[in-house]
Amino acid sequence: MRPKLELLDKPLIERILDEAFQLIEDPGVRVAPYVEDLLRSAGITVKEGVAHIPEVLARRLLDLVPRGFCLYDRLGKPAVHYTGDTVHFDPGSSCLNILDPETQRPRPAMSTDLVRLVQVAEMLPQFAAQSTAMVCNDIPPEIGDWYRLLLVLWYSEKPVVTGAFSASSLNTLIDLLAIESGGRETLRRNPRAIFDVCPSPPLNWSEFASKNLVDLARAGVPAEIVSMPLAGATAPVTLVGSVVQHAAECISGITIHQLAQPGSPIVWGGAPAIFDMRTGKTPMGAIETAMLDLACSQVGKYLGLPTHAYLVAGDGGVVDAQVEMESGMSAVLGALAGINMISGAGMLDFLACHSIEKLVIDAEAIASAQRLIEGIQPRGVSLAVDMFAQTGLQGDFLKLKETRTLFRKEQHFPSGVIDRGLPSPDGTTPDILQRARHRVDELVATYERHPLPDEVERELITFTQREAKSSGLEGLPGILCPEPNLTK
Amino acid sequence: MPDDHFSAMRQSIIDGAPDTASSLAREAVASSIPPIDAINKGFVPGMHDVGEQFAHGQMFLPDMMASAEAMRAAMAVLDPELKKLGTERPRAGIVVLGTTKGDIHEIGKILVGTMLTAHGFQVHDLGVDVAGEKFAAKARELKADIVGVSALLTTTMRNQKGVVEALEKEGLRSQVRVVVGGAPVTRRWAEEIGADGYAKDAMSAVTLAHELMQQKLQIVS
Repeated sequence: MRPKLELLDKPLIERILDEAFQLIEDPGVRVAPYVEDLLRSAGITVKEGVAHIPEVLARRLLDLVPRGFCLYDRLGKPAVHYTGDTVHFDPGSSCLNILDPETQRPRPAMSTDLVRLVQVAEMLPQFAAQSTAMVCNDIPPEIGDWYRLLLVLWYSEKPVVTGAFSASSLNTLIDLLAIESGGRETLRRNPRAIFDVCPSPPLNWSEFASKNLVDLARAGVPAEIVSMPLAGATAPVTLVGSVVQHAAECISGITIHQLAQPGSPIVWGGAPAIFDMRTGKTPMGAIETAMLDLACSQVGKYLGLPTHAYLVAGDGGVVDAQVEMESGMSAVLGALAGINMISGAGMLDFLACHSIEKLVIDAEAIASAQRLIEGIQPRGVSLAVDMFAQTGLQGDFLKLKETRTLFRKEQHFPSGVIDRGLPSPDGTTPDILQRARHRVDELVATYERHPLPDEVERELITFTQREAKSSGLEGLPGILCPEPNLTK
Repeated sequence: MPDDHFSAMRQSIIDGAPDTASSLAREAVASSIPPIDAINKGFVPGMHDVGEQFAHGQMFLPDMMASAEAMRAAMAVLDPELKKLGTERPRAGIVVLGTTKGDIHEIGKILVGTMLTAHGFQVHDLGVDVAGEKFAAKARELKADIVGVSALLTTTMRNQKGVVEALEKEGLRSQVRVVVGGAPVTRRWAEEIGADGYAKDAMSAVTLAHELMQQKLQIVS
């Protein structure tokens, strides 16, 4: 059996959904003018910017959402399966700062930092997808969202979890993906990326978010709702009350999305958190935050929808025992909950900072979590009797053929980041941060970029130069070695 | 006026009891107690205690919100009385507050505004989702000493820089101090965008505002 963790029983989920449906009808959901006509055409009352969505209609639209879909890698293979209890991880998104690898102090993230993170994540099988992990401070803000996507597409073959910074830039990101995929139709058929779209708590779909939902639906590019109730601040203080709000925000978002294009893929996701009543901070490493994530995703699963959550992040400002305790715990919890995409690895300081060293440590926690959900399997006809028949009471199991053939299935072998007593090459006993740094260097050194086809690279560069020109971007930061003929 | 009356006023703020605070303020007016005394000897010390306890982790944000509500209730009674007397509280400075563009969260900002008001600052709250130009325009209109910019999200804190730039563009930067705050904001971020200060909570915002006013007065003198 596969181990599974659930926090809600069926009657409570039904109550949560019942109240969520009540909320979207009364008081309703604030929506942008952009979607008012769309909603009215479906018979939804919209008064003074507030949509009152009837449960019957919302339920009907929920039924139209695909129960599963895939994200594809550059080679066109399905690499992320948003369905059932399949679990994937990706690095956290949109960080402004990075812990400098040398000083371990936060500083603004640059495009070279994003490239390094992408290279490391590319080498780690624990991450099924990349993310547009950082906001690159050396890139003009008005082109920052699509430029970071370009960097990820340039250096990675994995699917990407991304997002636009404004309503107007979404189409630029989709154009970029279409170039890389070989056209919008191929992108629709084999989506390479999924876009996070965030309602503003409580119950508000802003112009930016509403437009993103509609445009993504019509482009057939998957959307991932990232609802962020902050329990006690922008949502009810009770965990279950926040789960209700999360459900109401997701259902109303799905209503807008499915009205725009029925059957377009969308994910029931979020980054809920508690609100610390002493500091006003939103601790992502708090156990209650993890409980919110698990409960919210359980409601989505109950509806049969693909799910997402924000976990594997810590709150301390440096890579230390606290941060890793928080990150490791939530990695395990998220995996046990069977959440399809778990974002957040590498992040610390209340999601304000990324650390590539933390990312490789988190990868070890993720590997352990992935091993955990494989569970304990019977292997062979007998469980132990046959092996005892061979060794008797001598207990010499090390010599058995079964031992040799099965130990790799039974045991996960962590990298050198985890101290299992292996001697270090230089005889020293490095601490975990040193081991993580070494691991990062090792992964970057062995990373090898797989170029895109020449014509695609040329088109991407031409696109970038054209789009970046008006914002005054000089050169192509982060793209270190394009072939000379590509930049002409 | 017996000290225990001032003590009750102080306690009404600590308890976060707006009805009691309002009632005590009305009693003070009926008893011909100078409104400025009721404010400075009764209610403001209560806010000060709340701020101190909050800073030491002994009170929590919901407590502070309740105290702020009680303070507002008392001031709703006492402010008109001050005006009738043709007086006003000595003003510690003029502050324009708002949540940055793209961000609709205002809990932290409300707390800061409340604490600043309680400590004698004249606060003008622009609300949420405020563009840099609007901050600059209001700062010019009010001849503000300080502009406070809040952000809850990492994606919107970048817009705090736009406020600094808007003030620069309007030629106001030398007269107006910029303070930033919000959950993802750090001192380093404040330095990076050229702000004059970072406040981690409402009480430290008050301390910072006083310090910035001192600096400003020293420069002027």
